[in-house]
Amino acid sequence: MYSEVTQSDIDYVKKIVGSENVFIAEEISEDFCRDELAGLKKSPEMLVDVSSAEEVSAIMKYAYERKIPVVPRGSGTGLVGGSVAIHGGIMLNLSGMNNIIELDEENLTLTVEPGVLLMELSKYVEERDLFYPPDPGEKSATIGGNISTNAGGMRAVKYGVTRDYVRGLEVVMPNGDIVELGSKVVKNSSGYSLKDLIIGGEGTLGIVTKAILKLLPLPKKAISLLIPFPTLEMAIETVPLIIKSKIIPTAIEYMVRDVILSSEEFLGKTFPDKSADAYLLLKFDGNSTEEIEAAYDKVAQICLGAGAYDVLISNTAEREESIWSARGAFLEAIKASTTEMDECDVVVPRNRIAEFVKFSDSLQDKYNIRIRSFGHAGDGNLHIYILKDDLDEEEWKKRLGQVFEAMYSKSKELGGKVSGEHGIGFAKIPYLKESMGEAGMQLLKSIKAAFDPLFILNPGKIC
Amino acid sequence: MRVVVCVKQVPGTTEVDIDEETGVLKRDGVESKMNPYDLYALETALQIKERRGAELTAVSMGPPQAKAVIREAYMMGFDHGALFSDRKFAGSDVLATSYTISQGIRKLGLPDIVLCGKMTTDGDTAQVGPALAEFLGIPHIANVLSIIEINDKSIVVEMDMPGSVELAEVAFPCLLTVNKGIFQPRLPSYKLKMATKEREIPIYSLGDYEDQDESNYGLNGSPTQVLKIFPPEANANHQIWEDGGDVLIDKLHDKLRELKFI
Repeated sequence: MYSEVTQSDIDYVKKIVGSENVFIAEEISEDFCRDELAGLKKSPEMLVDVSSAEEVSAIMKYAYERKIPVVPRGSGTGLVGGSVAIHGGIMLNLSGMNNIIELDEENLTLTVEPGVLLMELSKYVEERDLFYPPDPGEKSATIGGNISTNAGGMRAVKYGVTRDYVRGLEVVMPNGDIVELGSKVVKNSSGYSLKDLIIGGEGTLGIVTKAILKLLPLPKKAISLLIPFPTLEMAIETVPLIIKSKIIPTAIEYMVRDVILSSEEFLGKTFPDKSADAYLLLKFDGNSTEEIEAAYDKVAQICLGAGAYDVLISNTAEREESIWSARGAFLEAIKASTTEMDECDVVVPRNRIAEFVKFSDSLQDKYNIRIRSFGHAGDGNLHIYILKDDLDEEEWKKRLGQVFEAMYSKSKELGGKVSGEHGIGFAKIPYLKESMGEAGMQLLKSIKAAFDPLFILNPGKIC
Repeated sequence: MRVVVCVKQVPGTTEVDIDEETGVLKRDGVESKMNPYDLYALETALQIKERRGAELTAVSMGPPQAKAVIREAYMMGFDHGALFSDRKFAGSDVLATSYTISQGIRKLGLPDIVLCGKMTTDGDTAQVGPALAEFLGIPHIANVLSIIEINDKSIVVEMDMPGSVELAEVAFPCLLTVNKGIFQPRLPSYKLKMATKEREIPIYSLGDYEDQDESNYGLNGSPTQVLKIFPPEANANHQIWEDGGDVLIDKLHDKLRELKFI
C-alpha cells in the first residue's frame, strides 16, 4: 500500500536538503533503527537531517504525492517504539533544528525549535530566573519528543504536564501545509483545540517545527524530604493523606531500597539513607525557606502519624544532589541490573496507587519474574519494569505478555489509563484497544484520517 | 569518649560579594549553609558514636546567626553545641581564627578527638584544622580518608598524601581533618529538629576566655595582609580530541587516571 523509496526519490530529497543530509542503507546508523524499547528494530529507507520547516514541508508534500511513509524523530529516547520506522520510508531527523528562537519576557514565553534538548531548555530559562516546569527523567530528550508524548515528569503533581505549557505550535501537515496552531495568547476559545491533538499525537498527525512554551518565574528555593517507611505499602498509603492536606509538593516519588542499591552500584555514589525498605521523596518549592518550612511541617507530621520512621531534610545543593542524582539514574540502574526489560507506564487515580503497586508486586511470585518499580506516586503514574534476567526468549515473551495483561486489566479496573507519559507508540496498541473499546478507537482513527487521509505520517502508531 | 567537631557557616552560593576595603566577605543578606566539608566531619563523629559510644559537641565561630549550623548538627544527632562569638573576633585570619577556636575548646575542656572538615568552601585554606591542633598542643592528621580502627587510647586512619595513602596511628587527644567521601553524611532529621528545638546553644565570648588579650583576636590578631580578594575565574581549560572511538576511550581512560578521577 505504501510506495518504496526509489533512487529518484532520494535524488529529489537531496535537492531539497543537500546530499550531505541524506543517508541510505548502511549509511544509516543503527541508532535510528530503534528507540529505547528493546526488541523493536527497523531501518528507514532514507534518513534525512532537516533544518527548517520549509524543508520538512517540501519533503512532506513530495512524500504525500508519492505515498511514502514518513517518521519524525528527535533524540529517540522513547520507550514504546513511537519513533521507529516500522513501515520503512523516510525518517526526518529534527534534532538538528535546535535553536532557541525567542524569549519573550513580556509574555513569559519561549519559542523554540523541536530539537532543543530538555536539559538545554531548562538551563537556558533557569539562568534567566525563569522556569519551564515539566521535568521528565530523560533530560536528553528533545522538546519535540516531549510535546509528541505529552511528557509529564516529576513536577506534575503541582505544575501539570507538557500540554499545560504549550501555547502554540507550528506544524507541518502530512500534505506539506504549514499551519500555526494556538499562539502566545493565554486564553483561547477559537474552535477545536487542534494544538492539543498534536500534543500527545506522537507525530502521527503533524510534525512540530516550532513551539511556543509558557514559562513561570523560577521559584527561589527548593527543599526535599526523604521519608523512610517500614514498608512500601505504608509509604504509598500516605500519599492520599498528603494530597488531602491541601499542601501540594512539586513532586511525590516513591522508591524501594533494592532500587536505591542498584542505583548506588550504577553511579558509584552512596545514597544518604538506606535504613528503611521504602521511601517517599517529596519536594517543595517556594520563594523563601520560611514559606517552604511552614508547608512541609504539616506534611512531616502527617508522615510521622502514618508510621514513617523519620523525615529527613535535604536543604542544600549537595544534599539535593546526593538524592536526586540517584533518583535520576533509577531507570538506567535497573536496566544495568538485567539482560532486557520492558516497562508499563500506567496511570491510576491517586488514591488507588497503593493497591496497584501491591498488585504488581504480587505478580513477581505469581509469574516467577523479577519486577521493579518506582515512580510518581503523587500523580498516580507508575513506572513498572519487568526484567528478563536469564529467561530464554520464548519464556520471556510468554511471561511478559501475562504480566502485562494482568497489569493493564487491573489498571482498567481501578479507573486507570494505559500510559501516563510515555505514549502508546507501537508497543501499547493492543492495550489501548482494550482500554478504549471499539467506539473510542474508531474516533481516534477518524481524527487521524482528518489530519492524514493517506496515513503516511508515522503509520502503525497509536491506532 | 568526647568528640568535638568544628563547623562553619559559609555562603550558600558561589556568587559572593567581597568588601573591597577590608577584603572581608559580605555575609549580610546572603543565604548561608553549613560548609559542605564539615558534613563529613559531623558524620565521622556520628559513626564513632554509633560504633563506640561518644559524647558529641559541635562548635562554631561566627556571628549569632551561625547558631543555625549548630542547630543543624543537633538535627543530625549531636548532643551539645557551642558558639564562639564576639564582635572582637571579627575579621580574623587563619591564625586568629584557630587561636579563637582553641581558646573556646579549652574552655569546654579538651576532648579525645577534635574533627574538622578538610577545608571550607569560602576560605579554601585548609589551614585552620592543623593550626588549631598546634594551639591546642595536640597531634593532628590532615586529609583523613578513612578510619581503620579505634582503640582505647588511639585511632588508626588512612591519610591522603600526594601520590600515596599513608596509614597512621595517633594517640588521643588528637585532631583529624577529614576528606570528602570518608562517610556519606546523613540528612538532618525532622524528628531531631523537633526534639532539640528548645536545646540551648551556649555562646562564649572574649570575656569567657582564659586569654583575654584583645591583640590576639580579630583583625588585631591577624598578621595576614589581604591585598585583594576576588572570586576565582572560572577554569575554562579544555582539550578537544578527534579520533576513532577505541582510541578516544583509551585516551579518556588515561587522562582520567592521570587526573586521579579513577
